[in-house]
Amino acid sequence: MDADNTRRRFLLSSALGLSSAWLALRWPAIVAAQQHAQRSGKSGQSASFEFFAPQDALEIEAVAAQIIPSDDAPGAREARVIYFIDRALMTFDVDKQLAYTQGLEDLQQKTLELFPVADGFSSRSSAQQIQLLTGIEHSGFFELVRLHTIMGYLSHPDYGGNHNQAGWKLIGFEDKMTYAPPFGYYDTEYNKRR
Amino acid sequence: MTKFEDKTAVDFVIVGAGGAGGVVAKELSTAGFQVVVLEQGPYLHEGDFIHDELKFKDVFDPPFIGQEVLTNDHTLQPNTFRKTAPDKAVLTSFAQYGRCVGGGTVHFTGNYWRFHEVDFLERSRWGAVEGTGLADWPITYDDLEPYYTKAEWELGISGLAGANPFDPPRSKPYPLPPLPIKSSGVLLERGARKLGWHAYPAPTAILSQPYRGRSACAHCGFCEFFGCEWGAKSSTLASVIPIAEKTGRCEIRPNSYVRKISTDTRGRVDGVLYFDPQKQEHFQKAKAVVVCANGAETPRLLLMSKSNLFPQGLANSSGLVGKFFMLDSGSLTLGTFEYPLNDFKSVRVTRVVQDFYDSDPKRGFYGGGGIDARFEFYPIGFALTGLSPDVPRWGAGFKKALKENFNRTVTVFSHTTCLPLESNNITLDPDTKDAWGLPALRVTYKSHADDFKTMNFFNDRSLELLDAAGALKKWAFPVEDAAATVHLMGTCRMGNDPKSSVVDKYHRAHDVPNLFMVDGSSFVTSGRNQPTCTIQALAYRAADQIVRMAKSGSIPA
Repeated sequence: MDADNTRRRFLLSSALGLSSAWLALRWPAIVAAQQHAQRSGKSGQSASFEFFAPQDALEIEAVAAQIIPSDDAPGAREARVIYFIDRALMTFDVDKQLAYTQGLEDLQQKTLELFPVADGFSSRSSAQQIQLLTGIEHSGFFELVRLHTIMGYLSHPDYGGNHNQAGWKLIGFEDKMTYAPPFGYYDTEYNKRR
Repeated sequence: MTKFEDKTAVDFVIVGAGGAGGVVAKELSTAGFQVVVLEQGPYLHEGDFIHDELKFKDVFDPPFIGQEVLTNDHTLQPNTFRKTAPDKAVLTSFAQYGRCVGGGTVHFTGNYWRFHEVDFLERSRWGAVEGTGLADWPITYDDLEPYYTKAEWELGISGLAGANPFDPPRSKPYPLPPLPIKSSGVLLERGARKLGWHAYPAPTAILSQPYRGRSACAHCGFCEFFGCEWGAKSSTLASVIPIAEKTGRCEIRPNSYVRKISTDTRGRVDGVLYFDPQKQEHFQKAKAVVVCANGAETPRLLLMSKSNLFPQGLANSSGLVGKFFMLDSGSLTLGTFEYPLNDFKSVRVTRVVQDFYDSDPKRGFYGGGGIDARFEFYPIGFALTGLSPDVPRWGAGFKKALKENFNRTVTVFSHTTCLPLESNNITLDPDTKDAWGLPALRVTYKSHADDFKTMNFFNDRSLELLDAAGALKKWAFPVEDAAATVHLMGTCRMGNDPKSSVVDKYHRAHDVPNLFMVDGSSFVTSGRNQPTCTIQALAYRAADQIVRMAKSGSIPA
């Protein structure tokens, strides 16, 4: 408890039991995920799912699309976060498959409880989806999907998400090898005064 | 490429090719000695360092801690941690250090602060602090000054001499002008001026102009936690290690994990036992050994090097190997501003404030530090940890905050003193083993009350600074006991008395005439927690002396 009760805890969800060794463990798998994503990108074929059944992909994508919704700017859906997650679950996050399977079942259960005629989370209205997710927003499953959605939205497009750099464009990040000063508003103003 | 035989005794084995080991390797090999450097991590190159947050940056760690591609891998080398000796130590990834050729200088931010004169004399100037081992160094700033200058010129440091009114005297300006100011630096300067403080251009181990055959910084923004793709960061990998290798007398042997320093019947070091990448054990013979394995691994290796002659661990007659462990205390505050800073570009830090460097009796407690401003995030890490606590964690509000704040956020980061306590230490875990079957590193650490007061004091100053700079909103990370550290100091402290220190003022082990420890472990006090510059100045000074002693035959093999 002592070691956990820290800055780290402030920053991280303790619900998932993610360790800082996460990346180290999965490093070879991350390489594999990149290569996989690059291959399927280059093959020219439409991307297909390896882990998710199509219905499950729809459900998870709907959750991701509530975490980072679409508006006048692309959200998780347009950034193809679902492909990032699918690949993650086949490569560097293989051990999270069960969390998704279980989480999906629970989500169906909750959806049925609240909306007895339901035909799945993704078929509910946005307001109903938000209501459902608010009910589980402190669960390990929600935290995991949130984490993967953020990673898929903002990681290098080679991993299958952040399509057309949609996430980077939203936040105003560019990936370039060189920049020249001035870089931002305040240093531009500062240099003008000199 | 130079290759030495295990069975032939080389003049020196250096354990660790990091900030200190790289410097010592270059100095000893250019002075004509044969050197084998055993580095536990891989030999990576500029081409291996790419802009990929998921690959290099461990997003599940606090953003100021880092990744485990360039650093030690806690799945293979677990740490355990407890606050005090009676507690049960639990698994953590507490001690983080560079684990590749170049060590921590590959992925560090590049803050390159000299110590001030007072750092070497705090026990005399301030007096005793109860319950601590606060002590003067056996050397003064003046002793080290020529080597600070040497480090700055050999490695390539950018900065502006005379710009900081609190700077100690220097014999030479910086070799390179400061890097261009960024918006975070402008805001720090603006706030500081309003408060009557003094911001100055950050001394940085990144080239502002081409230097000695190396490229200047291209401002790509991937410095902290990443290796520099341009060779512009003045790591030992980019600067002095190539010079060492060119002598033909220095072999850098990567993926070589030293498990024991061996001694002969006379109590002298005669080589080291290490594992190759296939976990096969080898014995490299050497006439002398220089341990530059960092403030956590150096004491661990000494403690693992027990023998009949050294039952408490090698060079440990004082019982102080591993004791007085100090780490990177500080505080982290954030603010958002009206206009885009685009601070993801270029180097992290361009302005620093040291108005509160010295301890001040008026504050009522020991401690001081420095403050820098930066944007401490990459995109994923920002989304996970960079937004203010009142921002929704998902949905339209979350997306809006991401969009508005990524380029409008500044981190004000303070770096503060950490008192040396004997009860804070590195020991061998009796139960947990690493992937090679060696005892895991066990950290025992609890901050002194004055360290907490100092961190809180700096937290408050940082928030004032954000206000004065015109922040629309500001918040702070809680000031808490450390959960992890990247600055490892004090565990083989330097001193004149063999009873109260591990190495002498030239880094020679009091107990073993041909064994030297040169890294953060030699620190007597923490400085203001920007240790790299001083580690490297000490390495130049130690190497100078080792060369002199070796040439005059005063290092008995």
